[in-house]
Amino acid sequence: MSVNLTLLIVMGALYACGIYLILERSLTRVLLGLMLLANATNLLILATGGYAGLAPLFAKDTPAQDYNDPLPQALILTSIVISFAVTAFMLGIIYRTWVLARQDDIQDDLEDRRVAATPSFDAEDDAEVPAETSEFPLTMLGSDGRDVSNHQASGGDTGPETVQPVATVVAGGREMPAEHAAAEEKPGSLNIDPSPEGGGK
Amino acid sequence: MNIASFAPLAVVLPILGAALTFLLIRHTRAQRAVSIALLSLTLGLECLLLASAWNGGTAAVTIGGWLPPWGIVMVVDQFSSLMLVVSSAISLAVLVYATGQGMADGDHDAPVSIFHPTYLILVAGVSNAFLSGDLFNLYVGFEILLTASYVLMTLGGTGPRIRAGVTYVVVSVVSSVLFLISIAMVYGATGTVNMADLAIKLGELDQGTKTLLHVMLLVAFGIKAAVFPLSFWLPDSYPTAPAPVTAVFAGLLTKVGVYAMVRTETLLFPGDTLNTPLMVAALLTMVVGILGALAQSDIKRLLSFTLVSHIGYMVFGLAMSSAAGLAAAVFYVAHHITIQTSLFLVTGLIERRGGSSSVDRLGGLAKLSPLLALLFFVPGMNLAGIPPFSGFLGKVGLMQAGIELGTPLAYALVIGGVATSLLTLLAIARVWNRAFWRRPTDAEHPDPVLLAAPAVRLSGPGAKANNTVTLLPRTMVGSTLGLVVLGVALTVFAGPLFGLSDRAARDMLDRAPYIQAVLGSDVPIPATPAVGGVR
Repeated sequence: MSVNLTLLIVMGALYACGIYLILERSLTRVLLGLMLLANATNLLILATGGYAGLAPLFAKDTPAQDYNDPLPQALILTSIVISFAVTAFMLGIIYRTWVLARQDDIQDDLEDRRVAATPSFDAEDDAEVPAETSEFPLTMLGSDGRDVSNHQASGGDTGPETVQPVATVVAGGREMPAEHAAAEEKPGSLNIDPSPEGGGK
Repeated sequence: MNIASFAPLAVVLPILGAALTFLLIRHTRAQRAVSIALLSLTLGLECLLLASAWNGGTAAVTIGGWLPPWGIVMVVDQFSSLMLVVSSAISLAVLVYATGQGMADGDHDAPVSIFHPTYLILVAGVSNAFLSGDLFNLYVGFEILLTASYVLMTLGGTGPRIRAGVTYVVVSVVSSVLFLISIAMVYGATGTVNMADLAIKLGELDQGTKTLLHVMLLVAFGIKAAVFPLSFWLPDSYPTAPAPVTAVFAGLLTKVGVYAMVRTETLLFPGDTLNTPLMVAALLTMVVGILGALAQSDIKRLLSFTLVSHIGYMVFGLAMSSAAGLAAAVFYVAHHITIQTSLFLVTGLIERRGGSSSVDRLGGLAKLSPLLALLFFVPGMNLAGIPPFSGFLGKVGLMQAGIELGTPLAYALVIGGVATSLLTLLAIARVWNRAFWRRPTDAEHPDPVLLAAPAVRLSGPGAKANNTVTLLPRTMVGSTLGLVVLGVALTVFAGPLFGLSDRAARDMLDRAPYIQAVLGSDVPIPATPAVGGVR
């Protein structure tokens, strides 16, 4: 099968521009990129049909290899229609983004940001305050609000742990020290009256 | 006249329904009646197709009288008819659910006038993809369902949905372009797009070209099926859509990708050239997906991550390319479509009853609504693979096939599969403990709805009944219950179903039934290359 070099070069250029454009954050450019990619693919499909030939209208005394291959053109037609629909839809979305946010950029996912910003410290699971392991749960907290296990871990060595600022978590829109957040939720801690089952009431 | 000749109706009926509901755009009641009636009719037809294919009758329908390999064919075999029935069953349940939601809410969340036609087009696209025996028609099926899904994803045009919709649309369009490029390459290399014809002609190509085409098709389908590392778009975009839409997306769209991967692996490129990379991808999909699920506090996002993770099981079964592995994968696909959809529907109900889908804000739902708790518990345990349920059976089938294969990588996947199953249990148990088991007052930021509930209940039986009706409409609970019962039925009838998937897997690996059904019984069947599963 032989192919047309010009078509291939144009196709390559279209792919290159298209890929460059869809990597942008601006939605209009992304749309342009997608359109270029779709058109480059149409050229690729056309190239698979081989050299241009006669229109595929049957005539008795024309040998089969003189005809153009009609199938790629049918495929291209379908793909043009599909990319037309997608382009129209994207334009609608871009307009809507503009109406809502007054900008053409892709917006960040708030939940992703929230999960990413969550400290690896989880108030419920990772609190260093041992909840009910001791008979004297309240004495496990030092007077300065730091727990005893921290002191044990670091010992006399006043390394980076003591210099570090108090770990904070954001709860209900306000920022609070992690120990307090943990204490609020833990049964048997500072501000919850321990009941016989060990749960707060 | 075989019943299989009516297979195109599975595509035509929903499209007809879409046209009718579009004409009835101002008559919501007629719209609901038409769409539910037509979808039920489609489901009935597909049940007949499944019955005719049950014992190994593969049939092909040529469209427009153009004989294959030139014309478009639709192929009904065991796998495709099973997928059709399961997908239409859950589409119907979700449609009833969405109708119930629309009636209860006055449609402010989902503009129902557009919803019905678009939804039916989505169903038509899914059916077309399952039935297609032609690579380009498969692409068209994908495009139909994707375009419908773009609209459903951005229903209402709110800020978060538009934001998630943009990512989804761009990723889907890129994957479609990749698919189209692969089709062009395949056509350039072989001169045909008929899948049965390709099965013969691709075998005659040299190994390098074959691998290139194989990889391109797998990447294109891998994006749609959300196989790691091509899965990042999914948990980002699915949760923002309305609950019924997320449910049907989670159940169907990724599975269409998996279906296409199965056809690629068995029909077009048999053998085990790419089994090792597929297995590694399956392992990573399982583990990375479930670790993502553990980090989430929103139930919808958590379920989206478990969805990605459990795609790994199907790819695992597929990558073994042994009859046992493939049979387990087929069974697992049917199980997972049902279970994942019912979980998303229940999450929609939780959101209505508890006011939020974030586990930080939920609590005490087991006491408030025991039925809801049951509806969550059964599919949740099913997803995690707790023994009596179908999730367990599917996983056991996969593990057995993996151990049968006996390579170190297969053992790693078996271990990864068990670990993923346990971590899924952990994720589901966390949701259960927080949303259902603890007291509402113990929640980090309890939703006012939950705290106010006792007061409402004290104000008299009439008030309670009234309250329950608006929060949990009967149609929504009923359709969810129906899906959960379907999930349990998959467990009860697991024996016959596994028998069916076993025969489907054997037929797919054999390839002869498919090729002969399309091209006629006098076509020489190319020898299937030696497969890793046979040792």
